[in-house]
Amino acid sequence: MIAFNKYYNQFNILSISLVVISLFLLTFKGLNFGIDFKGGTLIELRSTDSKINVSSLRDNLNSMNLGDVSVKNFGNETDFLIKFEINNNKNIIEEIKSNLDKSFGNTFDFRRVENVGPKVSAELLKSGVIAIAVALTLMLIYIWIRFEWQFSLGAILALFHDVLVTLGLFSLLGLEINLSIIAAVLTIVGYSMNDTVVIFDRVRENLRKYSDIKIYDLTNISINETLSRTLITSITTLLALLSIFFFGGEILKGFSLAMIFGVIFGTYSSIYIANTVLVRLRVSQKTVLREDESS
Amino acid sequence: MLYFSKFRIISVILISLFFILIASSNLFKFENNLLNKKINLGLDLQGGSYLLLEIDNNPVIEQKIQNLSITIRNYFKDKNIRIKNLKILGQKLSFSVDENFKQTILDTFNDEESELNPYYPRFKSHQLDITEENNIFFVNYSTQGIVKLKTSSQDQALEIVRRRIDEIGTNEPNILKRGNDRILVELPGLDDPMRIKSLLGKTANLTFRFVTNNDQDSFGAEKLSYEDESEEDALVSKRIILSGDNLLDAQPRMDSETNETVVIFTLDRVGAKRFGKATSTGIGKQLAIVLDGKIISAPVIRDTIASGSGQISGGFTFQSATDLALLLRSGALPAPLNIIEERTVGPDLGQDSINAGMIALAIGFVLVIVFIFVKYKVFGLITNITLILNLFLLIGILTIFEATLTLPGIAGIILTVGMAVDANVLIFERIKEELKNEKNNLIAFDSGYTKSRTAILDANITTLLAAIILFFMGSGPIKGFSLTLGIGIFTTLFSVYFIARLLTVLYVYRNKEKEGLI
Repeated sequence: MIAFNKYYNQFNILSISLVVISLFLLTFKGLNFGIDFKGGTLIELRSTDSKINVSSLRDNLNSMNLGDVSVKNFGNETDFLIKFEINNNKNIIEEIKSNLDKSFGNTFDFRRVENVGPKVSAELLKSGVIAIAVALTLMLIYIWIRFEWQFSLGAILALFHDVLVTLGLFSLLGLEINLSIIAAVLTIVGYSMNDTVVIFDRVRENLRKYSDIKIYDLTNISINETLSRTLITSITTLLALLSIFFFGGEILKGFSLAMIFGVIFGTYSSIYIANTVLVRLRVSQKTVLREDESS
Repeated sequence: MLYFSKFRIISVILISLFFILIASSNLFKFENNLLNKKINLGLDLQGGSYLLLEIDNNPVIEQKIQNLSITIRNYFKDKNIRIKNLKILGQKLSFSVDENFKQTILDTFNDEESELNPYYPRFKSHQLDITEENNIFFVNYSTQGIVKLKTSSQDQALEIVRRRIDEIGTNEPNILKRGNDRILVELPGLDDPMRIKSLLGKTANLTFRFVTNNDQDSFGAEKLSYEDESEEDALVSKRIILSGDNLLDAQPRMDSETNETVVIFTLDRVGAKRFGKATSTGIGKQLAIVLDGKIISAPVIRDTIASGSGQISGGFTFQSATDLALLLRSGALPAPLNIIEERTVGPDLGQDSINAGMIALAIGFVLVIVFIFVKYKVFGLITNITLILNLFLLIGILTIFEATLTLPGIAGIILTVGMAVDANVLIFERIKEELKNEKNNLIAFDSGYTKSRTAILDANITTLLAAIILFFMGSGPIKGFSLTLGIGIFTTLFSVYFIARLLTVLYVYRNKEKEGLI
């Protein structure tokens, strides 16, 4: 049996620091919103001429007064991703196309064009935030129906921890937040909850079974009993996600990365946040039995 | 618990076979109608354009307010009430009347039977709101009036957009209303969206008006510039001789005399009559052909044209003549459309995404299968068979509903593969624990299944909640992700509790006495 409970304090301090750092990053550094939420234009180009590089492309586009243009390689040397802010010119894509053709010859294939206006991006951001808020609320309601309040608090704190730290990491690394990241965050919410609930289920079962074991040790027993399931499921999920990350193409990279972070944090928080809340709230056999009688 | 009736065994086998057959109909062609279904590929996989158009209703409202000002003046003139200081203030108009008529005005506007101001009983609201301040009346559209106006211009715009897209002949376009002032257009397989974008971006409001040289024209006149900026701006009368509504047909042609591409048009009877009259009285004058506020050309009338057909020249290329003819045939939009969101994926990127998605799915699948087999041996094999059938079930259900598969949707399938083993793992781990205190294999397996059930349900319900929210809140590709993730939960539960349990039961009965079974 691994003594997870020996490190409850240390990891609580770590988690609190991580959350504080994340909040700090989110407030002061902010998130790198993609065009879905900020508005603007994205163009994915493939060049047949391997001599064209990011800086020659950037110089060319800068001469067009597009404002803040970002140009970078996308996946490989001949693929490029161009992004610029909202532009009121309706024919901007055509103009870029003819300008590039003029400078480099007809070597570019426009593989993807996305253009999001300011109104739409504001709406997408709003509905993304609402979706996450609704998800958290529903989870809260579900867990509140299923468990005693001490358990609910533990699960919700773990959930907030996972979402905040994942977003904090995205802020730190400057990774782009787009629609698929919202999907990833929601899936993380589901996954983290699922992991916590499995351990809690066992904690409650053990609480009914043993009256003489303190919650401090009881959580540890429960974590150990469910440990191999926790690990196996995390590993298979991570195997699937790593496969998407490495082979699923550039478009899914951000999504799978967010999910990978989320699964790791989710597994960690079920053990070191959700359970420690039970310990700190001195949950005992009475907590569960009282509930059983009243229901 | 650990008992399966013959009937149940056969049902499970039949259901599995059915879904394998359905799922495989994506690869083979069946004559049968039920089997001749396929999963649709989303625009991100097959390539195509997604355009969200917003109708700019402001010009419509302003136009209506202008018309209203004339209506109000005439309406009260008939009742011997003189409207004074009538002013148009954008989307509002203001006027005043003599003190003793004030109540009559208010009564007319607030009468539920009013002809001037229609009343919508369903919404308990008039079309127009009237307010009075310092003896000045202000009239503007009420909230409901605006809604009505928006819905009707959306209906018209949708029809015109559909006609224009049909004319180009794109396959299976999807044209839908969004809210009351937006139109969503999905064009699968479209390689070059620029032409469609430029066609949808034009209102195509065509008018024939005389060029005048004095702005004292009784209808008023306005200075308009030429489309190709070839000539100086010209003063054009506001009086409309003919509009696009009078057009029956328009086609691009090559003029054999001048070797120029032109658009020939045919007018309806009313149009032909008016055109004939205008060309007979206006010989020697310039008739401007105005499209969306720009002069295309302004030929001098040489002869009376009574045939009801004519031609427009304006230095067209064959492409631009074709497009103009198309716009004229399909009619004018009630209001300008703006493209507020565009997502276009080229067909080769779509194919690359499919390939990458399939490779990721295959690799993820193999990794999970190998890992589970190494970990659980015989029971790993059972889990893996379940996993494969689970995949067939998932693809089968998507096929039956002819659902749309997107790239994030493929990610959802891969994620399902990773998470689907969770239920079996929960059961097997529980059985292992039970076997520590219970020597009877059958009892241990039975209680393993029973005791793990709440945890499995909890775990799946939480993921399902997330998937449902995503489905209703998300757009396009995200919907595809939530769909596969959500359906994946149901197929997982079915395959775990029916397929995997059946296989487990068969194996355990045969090895009742064996120790260390799992």
